[in-house]
Amino acid sequence: MEAASVSSPARPRGAGAWEFISKYGLIALLLALPTVYGVIDLVNDGNLARLGNNLVAGLSNGAIWALIALGYTLVYGIIELINFAHGEVFMIGSFVAFGLYGTLGLTESTGAGGLALGLFVALLISMLAASSLNVMIERVAYRPLRGAPKLAPLITAVGVSFILQNVGILWRGGSQRGIPDLIQAQRQLFEIAGVAVSRADALAILVTIPLVFLLTNFVTRSRLGKAMRATAQDPEAARLMGINVDTTISLTFLLGGLLAGAAGIIYALYQTQVWFFQGFTAGLIAFTAAVMGGIGNLRGAVLGGVIIGIIQQIADNRIGVQWTPAVIFAYLVIIMIFRPQGLIGEETREAG
Amino acid sequence: MSTLGDLRQKRWASWLPAVVALVAVFLFPLFFDPLDSQTSDATTALAYVVFALGLNIVVGFAGLLDLGYVAFYALGALTAGWLASDHFTGAGGDSGIDFGVSSFAASLPGIHLNFLLIVIGAIIVCAIAGAIIGLPTLRLRGDYIAIVTLAFGEIIGRVAQNGDEIKIGDYAFSNGRESISPIDQLNFPFVGEFDSATNVRPYFWAVFALLLVVLFVNLRLRDSRLGRAWVALREDEVAAVSMGVPLVKTKLMAYAIGAAFGGISGAFLGVFLNSVNANQFQFGFSIFILAMVILGGLGSIWGVVIGAALLSYVNSNLLPSLDRGFVGDFLTDAGLDFTLSQINFGIYGAILLLMMVLRPQGILPERRRKMELTEGIGGGDESLAKAKA
Repeated sequence: MEAASVSSPARPRGAGAWEFISKYGLIALLLALPTVYGVIDLVNDGNLARLGNNLVAGLSNGAIWALIALGYTLVYGIIELINFAHGEVFMIGSFVAFGLYGTLGLTESTGAGGLALGLFVALLISMLAASSLNVMIERVAYRPLRGAPKLAPLITAVGVSFILQNVGILWRGGSQRGIPDLIQAQRQLFEIAGVAVSRADALAILVTIPLVFLLTNFVTRSRLGKAMRATAQDPEAARLMGINVDTTISLTFLLGGLLAGAAGIIYALYQTQVWFFQGFTAGLIAFTAAVMGGIGNLRGAVLGGVIIGIIQQIADNRIGVQWTPAVIFAYLVIIMIFRPQGLIGEETREAG
Repeated sequence: MSTLGDLRQKRWASWLPAVVALVAVFLFPLFFDPLDSQTSDATTALAYVVFALGLNIVVGFAGLLDLGYVAFYALGALTAGWLASDHFTGAGGDSGIDFGVSSFAASLPGIHLNFLLIVIGAIIVCAIAGAIIGLPTLRLRGDYIAIVTLAFGEIIGRVAQNGDEIKIGDYAFSNGRESISPIDQLNFPFVGEFDSATNVRPYFWAVFALLLVVLFVNLRLRDSRLGRAWVALREDEVAAVSMGVPLVKTKLMAYAIGAAFGGISGAFLGVFLNSVNANQFQFGFSIFILAMVILGGLGSIWGVVIGAALLSYVNSNLLPSLDRGFVGDFLTDAGLDFTLSQINFGIYGAILLLMMVLRPQGILPERRRKMELTEGIGGGDESLAKAKA
């Protein structure tokens, strides 16, 4: 594989044109929804306030999807497995966070200082819970199948995803469940030209940015991050260089789980409701985001998350909530057909 | 001396259990009342076996993981809904369009066609849909195929669930979360119309007949040129293509034929359940059928039949009876407020996990697939060498 990509054979004629069309066609497609509704807004209202509100809400939703998408992309980058259960890890993160409201005595009347401290502790604990769950899943469901055909771990991943969904059903019942709105999520912080920014938007973006920053720094700068990248490139060679591949893979799941846990608590605070099925939808949205950016690519996952968040918000607001999944899946299919390497490009072994 | 005659006898010996089992299944409803729930559960179970056999072609034979198989249940059932109910109320005037149905159904408005025509319609609709879904996956690698099929399955499920918003002319695509109901009773030429309100047995035998046809086609396909091409592609795509296996045609045939079987079963279930309710078309259904295939053994026809029958039984009988029996008592005593039926999909997920980790070849393995799964692709030669030594 690697050798073949180094001495890449003469590209067939027209490949460059196809590359151009698929990349910019995809960008045009992604811009289609905002542009169309922007024009409609301008004609109807004379300003872009509604679209602006969609974009802000999309950005903050997108921050949550980006955190989950990073988990997909990290794992895919290193063992080329779609960790189908990742959405459920996020869901369990939300459930843990909600459980901690009670344990830590956080209610809607808790003072600002206590609330900030309590939520910070809750954030840490949900991150730890989700990451240990993710590591455990890898140990139980994926590691025994390391040498098996690629479909085998994907099937166990689906199995684990269903098991966790049912754990969710047992834990919190089978229906959507409203939870205390601790931070008064929809309260407006400030408004610029008719575009309102709520507390939930600010929270999502302010938690996500440092986490993404820490993660990228860890992966690009630290020794363990270097081991991760080496394993992603060639596990066999990495093993020969003295890297403990199993530990490195566990570490990858740990990082993915940490981010999923953080996404879980942000989601709980943002949406003020949790249910067992949130992980399935979120997982697919985030996977779409990861593929959109180029799976295996950290920057790509964040970019994809933000874009898909905006698309989702516009679809929710303009087309109808019941159609949102269909819209997002349609994007997923189109991307997979015309540009499986995503916007920025993949960083996986197969991509070459 | 081994002669051709001996071989033929051996062949018969290997067929004997299957024939005995099929005869036993045929006689099954006679042991119960005409309206017994066992008979209707068994009817559903046989329909699930047909689904599983269809999915087995895609996943088992061709090795393309399809996570959106529910799409063909939806399309098959919707075809039955369109062609055997008053969904298209105004079509063909007051007495509607009808062909080969009882005088009662013919007098109703809407389209009412004979079940055999509906099955043919479902086969055509699903085969085309299967090929359309398959087309974009041709360039993709294995795990992306799974996600694209999953996305298509969800899109079709969503369209069916919100189909009341999509108008084609005066008519909606589906009734959305309201069912399309009632659907005509089964009606075969020379047999007349069945009545599920008084006797379920004919439905059982009807789906049994469908199953026999599907089973026969499956067995012949497996040993055909096409079947061998599927296995060759599954084992090594590059090698197969360089030996002259037509990639596009072979893969699309797998999708289309697998989908067509799903359509047959979907159309039957639509008629049998007497309604087409879009809420049934969930992702969980795809996994339920996949669990049957994995449990029985990927690529093993008889294994898949057993796996599907077993899991249907677990779903419709075993879990409810355990809930009523000692497990239910135990859970109540332990102060746990849930039933096994509530978490049935968790149980199927656990089956997927345990089977793949502990016995990936399934209950009744297909030999070839077992070699692939336990020794990896390309390990076959080694095991042959070992066997010879």
